[in-house]
Amino acid sequence: MTNLAPTDPGPRSDANWAKPVDRLSASGVAGARDDAVSGRRVSGPLQGFGQLWQKTFKAPLTGVDTTPEAVIAVWKDAFPTFWPKGQRFYAPLSGIKPGEVALLELSPVPGAPVKLSTGVMVLYADDESFTFMTPEGHTLSAWITFSAYREGGVTTVQAQALERPSDPFDELAYLLGGNRMNNTFWRQTLENLARHVGVIEPVVETQIVCIDKHRQWRHVGNLRNSATVRSARRTMTAPLRWITGKG
Amino acid sequence: MTAMTILVTRDGDAGVLHIAGDITSGSEPDLMKAYSQASDSGATAIILDFSALDYMNSGGIGLLVTLLVRAQRAGQRLMAVGLSDHYRQILSLTRLDEAIEIHDDEAAALAAVTA
Repeated sequence: MTNLAPTDPGPRSDANWAKPVDRLSASGVAGARDDAVSGRRVSGPLQGFGQLWQKTFKAPLTGVDTTPEAVIAVWKDAFPTFWPKGQRFYAPLSGIKPGEVALLELSPVPGAPVKLSTGVMVLYADDESFTFMTPEGHTLSAWITFSAYREGGVTTVQAQALERPSDPFDELAYLLGGNRMNNTFWRQTLENLARHVGVIEPVVETQIVCIDKHRQWRHVGNLRNSATVRSARRTMTAPLRWITGKG
Repeated sequence: MTAMTILVTRDGDAGVLHIAGDITSGSEPDLMKAYSQASDSGATAIILDFSALDYMNSGGIGLLVTLLVRAQRAGQRLMAVGLSDHYRQILSLTRLDEAIEIHDDEAAALAAVTA
């Protein structure tokens, strides 16, 4: 395991929070399209359309002698490597720091021809946790916090999401399997992290709670920003753009 | 880290939570208990007084969403007073200020409740 010294501001510093920003810019991230993120506002659980869920995944690092700070340093440093295969996370050049933007390319289902291009902003980061917030157009209007803490004498890693599907299509996809895939995604991520730091057989505990079963019809207009729709349109029109030389 | 304490008072139709110390995800039981206490007597508004807040991390901000949902479900307005410039910016950045009414102090919030 890599043991990195924490380099973030103190655990109670105002600098742990992103600076106020009206529109996101991902122009400094190499490797992926940034048009799904740049120029967009962030969108949290209040701005989504679907039901509000709180999901908590945690894995005790049983048998590993480490600290929350050391694990979080590793997690930040190699975040993309813990994602399940087929999903891409393009980290900001300066690392996972408050206010930085990362780009994502996600497969809606394994082997799908359409890749969903989107991103996240680092809302908060200290030496024991960090939080991402989604931009408008992302399938989920969400915050997700990654943390590590001591519980029962064991360092435990956790991913906790507060999320609503962003628009009616996203809500439907969520109900038809997106929710389950999302759970699998985070369970696998924690398993990969736990194995990386030395856990032989990781065990991930899951707690899922519906915080608000109501749908927010006032946000039905989020459809106009949908990254899913944009990504599908881009994929379908790729041959035309290739023929006309505008690709 | 400073332990969080909450003093619950009643002012007219509003229940007021005077919060001191740090708010983190570990504050959930105390915050929800205080909210229930403030709501017990039929408050139509809940005022969160942050003037003695020391620190709030992203877990604490997440609790405000949960609290907001509970308040909305109960038909209550959720208000915040006594926020420093930094936490005003955080509520704006996270777009919580689109649903949580922000006032300078308790008197201004109460005036809005009765208006």
